[in-house]
Amino acid sequence: MKRGLSAVHLAVLAGGFAFLYVPIALVILYSFNSSRLVTVWGGFSTQWYMSLFANEQLLAAASISLRIALVAAALSTVLGTCAAFALQRFGRFRLRMMFAGSLYAPLVMPEVIIGLALLLLFVGLGIGRGFWTIVIGHTTLGLCFVTVVVRARLVGFDRTLEEAAQDLGASPAQTFRTITLPLIAPAMAAGFLLAFTISLDDFVIASFTSGPGSTTLPMRIYSQMRLGLTPEINAISTLLIGLVGVCLLFATSIIRFRAPSEAQ
Amino acid sequence: MSARPLLAGLRRLVLAAPAVWLLLFFLAPLALVLKIALSTPAIAQPPYEPRFDIADGLVVLWEKVQGLSFDTFALVISDELYLSAYLSSLRLAAIATLVTLCVAFPLAHAMTRAPRHWRSALILLAIAPFWTSFLIRIYAWIMLLKDEGLINKVLLTLGFISSPFHIFPSDGAVLIGIVYSYLPFMILPLYTALEKQDPALIEAAGDLGATPLSAFWCITVPLARPGIFAGLLLVFIPAVGEFVIPDLLGGSDTLMIGRTLWSEFFDNRDWPTASSVAILLLALLIAPIMIYERQQMKETAQ
Repeated sequence: MKRGLSAVHLAVLAGGFAFLYVPIALVILYSFNSSRLVTVWGGFSTQWYMSLFANEQLLAAASISLRIALVAAALSTVLGTCAAFALQRFGRFRLRMMFAGSLYAPLVMPEVIIGLALLLLFVGLGIGRGFWTIVIGHTTLGLCFVTVVVRARLVGFDRTLEEAAQDLGASPAQTFRTITLPLIAPAMAAGFLLAFTISLDDFVIASFTSGPGSTTLPMRIYSQMRLGLTPEINAISTLLIGLVGVCLLFATSIIRFRAPSEAQ
Repeated sequence: MSARPLLAGLRRLVLAAPAVWLLLFFLAPLALVLKIALSTPAIAQPPYEPRFDIADGLVVLWEKVQGLSFDTFALVISDELYLSAYLSSLRLAAIATLVTLCVAFPLAHAMTRAPRHWRSALILLAIAPFWTSFLIRIYAWIMLLKDEGLINKVLLTLGFISSPFHIFPSDGAVLIGIVYSYLPFMILPLYTALEKQDPALIEAAGDLGATPLSAFWCITVPLARPGIFAGLLLVFIPAVGEFVIPDLLGGSDTLMIGRTLWSEFFDNRDWPTASSVAILLLALLIAPIMIYERQQMKETAQ
């Protein structure tokens, strides 16, 4: 009977979500501050967005980051979906534990270790660092997240649908295209967006694997942050939060509209 | 040709593509870290010796293996700086993990009590900050915690304090940064564990004379144990090796092993030492990582 929300629960929810969101809200609010001092309110202004669009270094870094994130997310989605199928559908195979282990380890492993390890590999093999080495680093991390998301979908997958299609004469390719793919597509899309945001956000792995001319946006933001707070950082942060917010809304609406069967 | 061999080939490709990728870009690099950790520091560029070359083949590799030295490891283990960096990372990460649990538990618990149609929105709200940039979230806390930051300003204006309290940069700020950044990782497994609980159990305990507090300790907490455990691991493991948070929020005396590794690598350009630090960090975390993986696999198998 006592399932409802008590005043204490409401207070906890309000406090908890305030803790999570007030800091982010303040970053956004102060991006419209006309004062050069970040924490002194000097009136409303959009001048920092203007100066942002005049900052060519920052724009270049943003364009590199976006391109890396797109390529890495695409690769992650393909590889991660393959890995999820292998884990969920292939039964036992040799070294399965090791395969699963290396898929789950990067999810929690400190990024400094992954970054250092990749850098040593690239240097050891004589591969010049730049765009593609960052893509490799981000794909390695991203594919693990995609695997988790897609695999969760495959666990709840009703395989009788595939069997029915084959009984009705569909070839394996047709079955995959018309039954399997549409059913796992929402998970793949969610995985893609997850891998995309992880890549866009990553600072540590990118720092280890980047070379001259491939400074990513987080690296640029980080070096500005070390010099002190500037309202420009607030402005770029606000834009990034907006971008991620749109992606997130998109991802949840895909999952909600495409997967009504999950309501059961 | 029937479709069978084609299918079998496709099946092999589906497994091989991610497997080869992980072998090349995850397992091989880790092995390389171990190898370089065991090589002698060289003064000249490149900063380590011997150089690994895939063309050399296994024989040469084995010869090089015999030439490995444990000097760097010995140095790292015996040096007080590294030891105290390890200990203080463990300490800070452990405290932060416990604080995260204390913040996340009531929140996750309250979320499970919310009306059913709210819950998916609440879950989304709880994990959405994870998607906003890590750096931005740390930046937000610098804005808040600085001596002339927003919290100090509010407290000064309201007259609660007469001079700004000093918390940034310090270990305390690092603690707040870790709790804030990793909170979603704790909320999610806790919520999943708590949501499965049948509220009738609490009612039954109440009917049998248990106070709400004892019902909480004897029923809610033990049943949530898998979630608590998963959350603790999910926060603790990455927090130990954290670099960005101690670097941006910590003082110059904040020692954390991720930061030590970073400065050995980028500032001192001492690759073997950085590799040794990485290997020892990994050795420290391998047990919790394995436990986490086992738990994950058990959960997915169900």
